[in-house]
Amino acid sequence: MPVVRFEGVSMRYGRGPETLRDVGFSLAPGSFHFLTGASGAGKSSLLKLIYLAHRASRGRVELFGRDISLVHAGDLPFLRRRIGVVFQEFRLLEHLSVFDNAALPLRIAGRKPNTYRDDVAELLHWVGLGERMHALPATLSGGEKQRLAIARAVVDRPDVLLADEPTGNVDPAMSLRLLRLFVELNRLGTTVLIATHDEELVARAARPVLHLEHGRLIEPGEAE
Amino acid sequence: MSGPFDLNRWKPGPLLPPRDARDGALVFVVAVLCFLACLTALAALAANRAADGWSAQLSGSATVVVRAKAGETPDSAAARAAETLAGVKGVSQAQALTKDKAEALLEPWIGRDALVADLPTPRLVTLDLDPKAPASAEALTKALHEAAVDAVVDDHSRWIADIERGAGLARWAALGVFGLIAAAAAAVITFATRAGLAARHEVIEVLHLSGAEAGFIAKLFQNRFAAMAASAGLLGGAAAVIVGVTARLAGGGAGLTPVLPLAWIDLLAPLPCPLIAALVAGLAARAAALRLLRDMP
Repeated sequence: MPVVRFEGVSMRYGRGPETLRDVGFSLAPGSFHFLTGASGAGKSSLLKLIYLAHRASRGRVELFGRDISLVHAGDLPFLRRRIGVVFQEFRLLEHLSVFDNAALPLRIAGRKPNTYRDDVAELLHWVGLGERMHALPATLSGGEKQRLAIARAVVDRPDVLLADEPTGNVDPAMSLRLLRLFVELNRLGTTVLIATHDEELVARAARPVLHLEHGRLIEPGEAE
Repeated sequence: MSGPFDLNRWKPGPLLPPRDARDGALVFVVAVLCFLACLTALAALAANRAADGWSAQLSGSATVVVRAKAGETPDSAAARAAETLAGVKGVSQAQALTKDKAEALLEPWIGRDALVADLPTPRLVTLDLDPKAPASAEALTKALHEAAVDAVVDDHSRWIADIERGAGLARWAALGVFGLIAAAAAAVITFATRAGLAARHEVIEVLHLSGAEAGFIAKLFQNRFAAMAASAGLLGGAAAVIVGVTARLAGGGAGLTPVLPLAWIDLLAPLPCPLIAALVAGLAARAAALRLLRDMP
């Protein structure tokens, strides 16, 4: 059973034009995909449908085998907890420290602080923020914010990891390091979908690619 | 923050950003509403106390109008009535008013010139009743009837009923004003919660997308606004107590005025104000937050 399945999915913002049109694909458990396409092709919109920030205007979206349109509103938070998201604009909580930001999903899941603080600290060391755990996001560089956003997305070992341009603000060495983190998580069973412009990253990882053009999913070799 | 991060001393930070400048204005408005609510409660208590006092005074006494029978002078009829009534159970004292006093009572109504000597002025007997077990009008009438005295007993019950009706009206009016103020406070809090949610939309969205349940997020706002309203309630309640103490001291032993007496114990009325304010604010904030979260995907 695929963890993510789209069937004839279209999406629009309000009464605007469709940003996604008749999209269909599925992600098998433990798979690793890249999502590529030019700016405005619909990459972020597609991710939004998966992390339940938006609803499809047409078609069927299934997560973990459940049709999202039929899921009770009270169950949606529990589905969201199974999905880690690295937002393009980071979306860090500016009034919380690096440590608190990274620990946020665990706190929301109702875990006691003493059960996760060592894990959070270890993860922050791993992404190179071990010395900045006190710091507020406003004092971090773009790359540090990126790494913090990634740490927050993976801290609760999600079933699916979605990342929107996760290497956009980091140097090549860190980019490679983050890719290794994603690969490692994938090896542990997490399904990974990374939206990126970084062709070098895509080439280096040698993983399947979903390519969007003007809101449509294009098969390899297919030109619109 | 300086120094190495001490994991053992780490405590999770507040999920909602610290208070902002608008919170001060909200505390002020809620404090004023709480102050008005407490003053209403104090006024209601004072009105109630006044009504009780008047009722007690009226129910502790009765008046008997005595008409002389043929062959009897009004004064002797009144004296006989007083003597009869003094022996009735529940009567502490019975006193016949003299002719002068009876005429003095009538003077404002019919004037001095009209009080001609041969006008059969009725005589009055005033009764002080036992406050614990006052004699009923029926018992007094029966005793007078048995003693063959022609008299009408007025136990003031008509006035007591009027006063009780008035006191009841004052109580309901106070309750109505109190309800209005509580509703206004709830509306203010609801408005502030919506503004708070709008201002912290980014935070709410991150919590929401990270899997926070609506109840979890609503609770953050509920607790935030309940704490704020509790401190506002404390300020408003304290201000009302200060006004009450000032009124009590300025009014001497009988309170603000003998018409609106305020007892020291009445000044405890604003005590639950912070709790009630917190409850109203917490519920209003929770409802507003849940309503807004319902619209999120």
